[in-house]
Amino acid sequence: MVQFNLPKNSEIKKGNYFKSETESKNIKKINVYRWDPDKDQNPRVDTYEVDMDNCGPMVLDALIKIKNEIDSTVTFRRSCREGICGSCAMNIDGSNTLACTKSAKDIDGDINIYPLPHMPVIKDLVPNLKQLYKQYQSVEPWMQSNKNSNGSESLQTIEDRSKLDGLYECILCACCATSCPSYWWNGDKYLGPAVLLQAYRWIIDSRDEERQKRLKKVADELKLFRCHTIMNCTNACPKGLNPAKAIGSIKKMLVTEKSA
Amino acid sequence: MKSESPLSPHLQVYKWQLSSVLSITHRMTSVFNLAGMSVLALWIFMLFLGENFYNLFQIFASTIIGKFIFVGITWSFSYHLLNGIRHLFWDMGYGYELKTANLSGIFVLFSSFVLTFLVWVF
Repeated sequence: MVQFNLPKNSEIKKGNYFKSETESKNIKKINVYRWDPDKDQNPRVDTYEVDMDNCGPMVLDALIKIKNEIDSTVTFRRSCREGICGSCAMNIDGSNTLACTKSAKDIDGDINIYPLPHMPVIKDLVPNLKQLYKQYQSVEPWMQSNKNSNGSESLQTIEDRSKLDGLYECILCACCATSCPSYWWNGDKYLGPAVLLQAYRWIIDSRDEERQKRLKKVADELKLFRCHTIMNCTNACPKGLNPAKAIGSIKKMLVTEKSA
Repeated sequence: MKSESPLSPHLQVYKWQLSSVLSITHRMTSVFNLAGMSVLALWIFMLFLGENFYNLFQIFASTIIGKFIFVGITWSFSYHLLNGIRHLFWDMGYGYELKTANLSGIFVLFSSFVLTFLVWVF
């Protein structure tokens, strides 16, 4: 049964308020979800006043400023700060995106920051993505080919290569998967947009020889067909990819390809 | 001692997108349609029971509440039908681009009201 409400231990309480010590007129309030595994307390939302005149342009810059100057206990993942590692995926201003490529100026009013939705929280903005990685593993995301290549590379026509455009760019940040209501309610069985886009990336690769096996594997009412084209995934993707289309393509292949 | 991980907020914080609103509306209209079919069945059943019963139904149907229900059913059918066609296009592999999907969504929503209007005028 789908549970729309948060469990008792996950209900969000009012948190602390950190007033800015600067005289700045350009203050932005940043509300951050906090949860500490070492304390027996419910999650809370702390508010930090940040002087945006002395802060980088992105939401990640503001978070780093908070951690450096206001509250060093704020915990979040980050690495490349240029939208290629996918570490700083979080829910900002009501939708999932990368903190490092989201401009703080684009957000009117307070900036609300939560961890990726409907995931177990490890600490503050750090979600546990174990389940997603397991599902990723299940689609065997590597080239499977028995061709003897005699030590040379496996060639592909320009057309075949272009089929991977819009797929290979996926950085597995999980923004799409955790934006999907179907994944929220059935994440234990439904593979979700991120993993299905990856599955399609291997299905469509002309160098891979296990296309039929791959198709058969995802052709499942729960694994694949829990996608109802809600399109939150495509709306969220910080790389501008289209997981909904990839899933649609798999569904279509299952009908149009004879032996699938 | 480590306490049990909370579940991060989902519906509570996620902003509605045009696409997700239209999607949940599609699902809700499917439930309304089921109720609508029951009303339709009741109508036929009343007709079967005879003039008096049928008139009773007609009196109810001519009240404001009755009219609201019937117009509602018409809209629900219209929306579900049109959005169903949108789904068929998706199944054929068309219309997944964000711009196209948003446009087709707005078109479906608009047309569902037009269709309802046409049904009640003619």
